[in-house]
Amino acid sequence: MSEERRVVITGIGVVAPGGIGTKNFWGMLTAGRTATRTISLFDPTGFRSRVAAECDFDPAAHGLTPQEIRRMDRAAQLGSVAADEAIADSGLERGALRPDRIGVSLGSAVGCTMGLEQEYIVLSDGGRMWEVDHEYGVPQLYGYMVPSTLAVEVAWRAAAEGPVSLISTGCTSGLDAVAHGAQLIREGSADIMIAGATDAPISPITSGCFDAIKATTPNNADAEHASRPFDRDRDGFVLGEGSAVFVLEELSAARARGAHVYAEVAGFASRSNAFHMTGLKPDGREMAEAIRVAMERAGLNPEDIDYINAHGSGTKQNDRHETAAFKRSLGRRAYEVPVSSIKSMIGHSLGAIGSIEVAASALAIEHNVVPPTANLRTPDPECDLDYVPITARDHRTDVVLSVGSGFGGFQTAMLLARPGEAA
Amino acid sequence: MSGPVVTGLGAVTPLGLGAEEHWRATLAGRRGLGPITRFDSSSYPVRLAGEVRGFTAAEHVPSRVIPQTDHWTHMGLAAAQLALSDAEVDPAELNEYEMAVVTAASSGGTEFGQREMVNLWGRGPGFVGAYQSIAWFYAATTGQISIRHGMRGPCGVIATEQAGGLDALAHARRLLRDGTRVAVSGGADASLCPYGLVAQLSSGRLSVSPDPERAYVPFDPEAAGYVPGEGGALLIVEDAGHAARRGAPRIYGEIAGYGVTFDPPPGSDRPPALRRAIENALADAGVAPGDVDVVFADAMGVPELDRVEVEALTAVFGPRGVPVTAPKTMTGRLYAGGASLDTVTALLAVRDSVIPPTVAVRTAPDGLDLVLDAPREAPVRCALVVARGYGGFNSALVVRAIA
Repeated sequence: MSEERRVVITGIGVVAPGGIGTKNFWGMLTAGRTATRTISLFDPTGFRSRVAAECDFDPAAHGLTPQEIRRMDRAAQLGSVAADEAIADSGLERGALRPDRIGVSLGSAVGCTMGLEQEYIVLSDGGRMWEVDHEYGVPQLYGYMVPSTLAVEVAWRAAAEGPVSLISTGCTSGLDAVAHGAQLIREGSADIMIAGATDAPISPITSGCFDAIKATTPNNADAEHASRPFDRDRDGFVLGEGSAVFVLEELSAARARGAHVYAEVAGFASRSNAFHMTGLKPDGREMAEAIRVAMERAGLNPEDIDYINAHGSGTKQNDRHETAAFKRSLGRRAYEVPVSSIKSMIGHSLGAIGSIEVAASALAIEHNVVPPTANLRTPDPECDLDYVPITARDHRTDVVLSVGSGFGGFQTAMLLARPGEAA
Repeated sequence: MSGPVVTGLGAVTPLGLGAEEHWRATLAGRRGLGPITRFDSSSYPVRLAGEVRGFTAAEHVPSRVIPQTDHWTHMGLAAAQLALSDAEVDPAELNEYEMAVVTAASSGGTEFGQREMVNLWGRGPGFVGAYQSIAWFYAATTGQISIRHGMRGPCGVIATEQAGGLDALAHARRLLRDGTRVAVSGGADASLCPYGLVAQLSSGRLSVSPDPERAYVPFDPEAAGYVPGEGGALLIVEDAGHAARRGAPRIYGEIAGYGVTFDPPPGSDRPPALRRAIENALADAGVAPGDVDVVFADAMGVPELDRVEVEALTAVFGPRGVPVTAPKTMTGRLYAGGASLDTVTALLAVRDSVIPPTVAVRTAPDGLDLVLDAPREAPVRCALVVARGYGGFNSALVVRAIA
């Protein structure tokens, strides 16, 4: 049975910087607009990097109730709104399905850090007390400490009583959570998976920790153009936030109910570099292996790939690492196929971005348009592929490779295909 | 045979270092709960915990890695090394892409994170340390184990609060179907710092009793919460054929079945989903309730949740239909480390055909055959481990002696 169950995306919900809702998100990407700006979510004075890609997000306007807004950390709010949109988009009727056959697989790198930090400030009275004052603890504090809360909130909205989990593999969480959701449907553990990821890391502690290792850009003077993957003048990534959530279901069930099918989750694989928590070897070896295995599982060849949605974080070591990985795994095809990084426009939302990139990949198949790499004015001579600079491109797109790379050394590759394209 | 078997156990617990030491203390009914010593808890309503005593990071963790990682990861690295040694796995001799690491995470590097928030909020943005970015996040332990042992397969991190240990093992089993041969899996946790404890307090589930003999008494009429602990266990989950080919010294048992469900939202009139998780695990293992020789209960110690568990167990097994035990009464609840430690203990119960006791509980509910105070010798071939996570996670795992 597991061999025959194919998994497709039938609903998409996105909350991204510069575009809330799938339609706005796609409009923004194809226009090549950037959403990076000076941080407004907190006062960034004194921080090395003061740029981020923020969501202009009003939870009440997106249907969250006052109690939900009080209870939920920002990451949970973003994820809940994206999940609501995905479920509505899928046309599934809430209540018409067996709850035990619905599951949730949500990804997040830093969980409810924002809530956790805000409460810490109060309980420690501004960092003054090591023995923090428990009498100031809010009831939802424990929910902030455990990232699983994010999956709980989405499960409640989806009336899911099947397998529910939060996947937290750093910056590959978003791809890994979608892969996990697809795997559970394939193996027969669920029929419907609400899968995706959310992160809201634009807070002082998370900004501070990336400042400390100089991973984020110091280009505060030109925030709009600060995220520059594959460009010679890049100098670090731009922190982002957001969420993308999907309804995944089995292909024949989706067709039987007449659902709109965006794309099939055709194959995926993960490998680890076992090298360094943050460092990458320039050879791209383990990412290449993940790509090779994902293609094998999908029954696809390098020639089948029409577009690569890159990790493209805008750090020198990443851009070279993955360029090498594409060449290593795809050979000649790496030079023929368009490659782009939407992080140039919406920043790097850590665990969420993998899912947001899956959304962009599915929409590229839907519309036969490849989103661009914004800000790519002066290519890095060592990055010599077709990175679709500045302007979106009409391009027949049946199969997309999306990759992620993250702290811990994790590398994940996923193939999305127009239904009927994968073997 | 093929399929997932356990070939190595690594435990770091309030009862000892190493699975054998933990097991001997468990059978002896030793108490691992005591006053918190890691920080001054005198201003808090909870002052008891199950701390891992005598654990020195320098003995278990490469010196370069110690300052880069939280106490939580130190214990994870130690448990992984113990498990690999027990299984006599030398990662250098195996295919790098056929080894994976899957851990459960509950709250990440809490103590490290609190220290860095002190630096940030007490001193300023420039004072956050360089290692915060890799020490605090939930994937730190998996990443460090992968790096230390050169394991380049598909690594994972699952966060389902206290159910995570079982979900991680189930995920490791899933990976074995897809090309992985050896997985280091389970969890270890440590959130015994002021902010970690205060956050746990807000769950309303911690016991405020100052008496280590009365503070964590699941199923007892006096149950009023649980005592937190630290530590946990990592296991070597291995393809049986691979274990045979490399001449693994021992096989503790197989991971035979798994079930996972999620509870309906608060206020729903739908029933809790724990019973279904147990039934699914038994069905997945192909065993009938009568085949199960012992249940390692979740035993939350919160009356309402204890009642739900007793109802689920009696619905599946009948009143007093199976021996039930909760050795975690000796360690406290270890969060991401608790359920994998219960799995270790269950496998040792299978090995030695003895059921370890539940301590401190005086009166068990009528419907529950709770093994109290002393170990019970009985043939144990098949054990069920039950775990639940905050918010509604239910998981159940069946381990069994190999045929």
